[in-house]
Amino acid sequence: MGWLRSLGRSGISFFERLGRGHLFLLSIIAGLPSLLPRGRLLVQQMHSVGVLSLLIIVVAGLFVGMVLGLQGYNTLVDFGAEESLGVMVALSLVRELGPVVTALLFAGRAGSALAAEIGLMKATEQLSGMEMMAVDPVKRVVVPRFVAGMLSMPLLAAIFSAVGVMGGYFVGVGLLGVDSGAFWSQIQARVDFYDDIVNGVIKSVAFGIVVTWIAVFEGYDAVPTSEGVARATTHTVVHASLAVLGLDFVLTALMFD
Amino acid sequence: MFQNKNVEILVGIFVAAGLGALFVLAMKVSNLSELGDDKGYPLIARFDNIGGLKTRAAVTMAGVRIGRVDKIAFDDTTFEAVVTLKIDDQYKQIPKDTTASIFTSGLLGEQYVSLEAGGSMDNMKPNDQFKITQSALVLEKMIGQFLFKAAGGGGSQ
Repeated sequence: MGWLRSLGRSGISFFERLGRGHLFLLSIIAGLPSLLPRGRLLVQQMHSVGVLSLLIIVVAGLFVGMVLGLQGYNTLVDFGAEESLGVMVALSLVRELGPVVTALLFAGRAGSALAAEIGLMKATEQLSGMEMMAVDPVKRVVVPRFVAGMLSMPLLAAIFSAVGVMGGYFVGVGLLGVDSGAFWSQIQARVDFYDDIVNGVIKSVAFGIVVTWIAVFEGYDAVPTSEGVARATTHTVVHASLAVLGLDFVLTALMFD
Repeated sequence: MFQNKNVEILVGIFVAAGLGALFVLAMKVSNLSELGDDKGYPLIARFDNIGGLKTRAAVTMAGVRIGRVDKIAFDDTTFEAVVTLKIDDQYKQIPKDTTASIFTSGLLGEQYVSLEAGGSMDNMKPNDQFKITQSALVLEKMIGQFLFKAAGGGGSQ
């Protein structure tokens, strides 16, 4: 009967964690107004979460765009449709790859850093020290990081998509001989601002909220040992990546039908 | 303090780069520069079958895009499709006996409306109707006609 008991325990602890996570999100949202007089905290966090992720996002965007250009050309040239290479690269990036790949890279780089930082604060008792001084650790530590992640994600996704389209242009027009005028004019005819770009921005905001929420919650809820912090970091990357992919399917089904 | 200044400058550059990328996407990689062109006067064309024509499809004359399809409606007294075309304001001289036809761009492309000028001296005014229209080609009907012809030609021998 021991296995039944442990099954029940893990089931209950799963729901307990789920509930704790959502109550944590509520306390973050309740603490949002406290960020207004503390702009400096937000700027600091946007630097550590957004600016320091720029390198990987730009390089990844460039290479993803270039690969899309290469593979797209190879496939389209069989149908005589290589003039549509620009549309293929632009739509793939703006609708899907921009938000999703940026979110996955963001979860790996910034999400793991956030979880490790907050987990380590908990393990070295800095968070309880703050509570002793009547400083709310959620408002002081968690809310700036959450808002920084939420604001950085759409910016990073836009940079990814723009750099990717440039990469596709370099490969398609520069290397493979697609006509430059056809490349841009087809893109401008087929990519719709409201249906494609705005939807992509909405997706990246949703992904930013989910990834940052999972990262700060895993850090805040970590077991305060070194093993606990390590586990929190890996859980952040795994859970955030899965959540992003699942949420992407739901959002795509809702937005593009 | 100097480190703080550096951080603020970098964050400012980051936010500006992100918004700039979004702006580039909006202007260069989308059709935003064509949206908001709600200027233009409407002309009405009635078709028996519009095939796969969609709103925002191009309206061309001599191959040059002069407008867009604005609305597609169905008239249930005459059972015709009523298509409202929005022509750019700069093209004011479309003769009254112009024909409107629905063609397909390329083999698998999307359908568009092509106008062929007539010879009338009077021009169309807003909300005028086209007198002669040609519906879209429906593939199944063409195949049916071809088979019918082939069967008829073969049978008479």
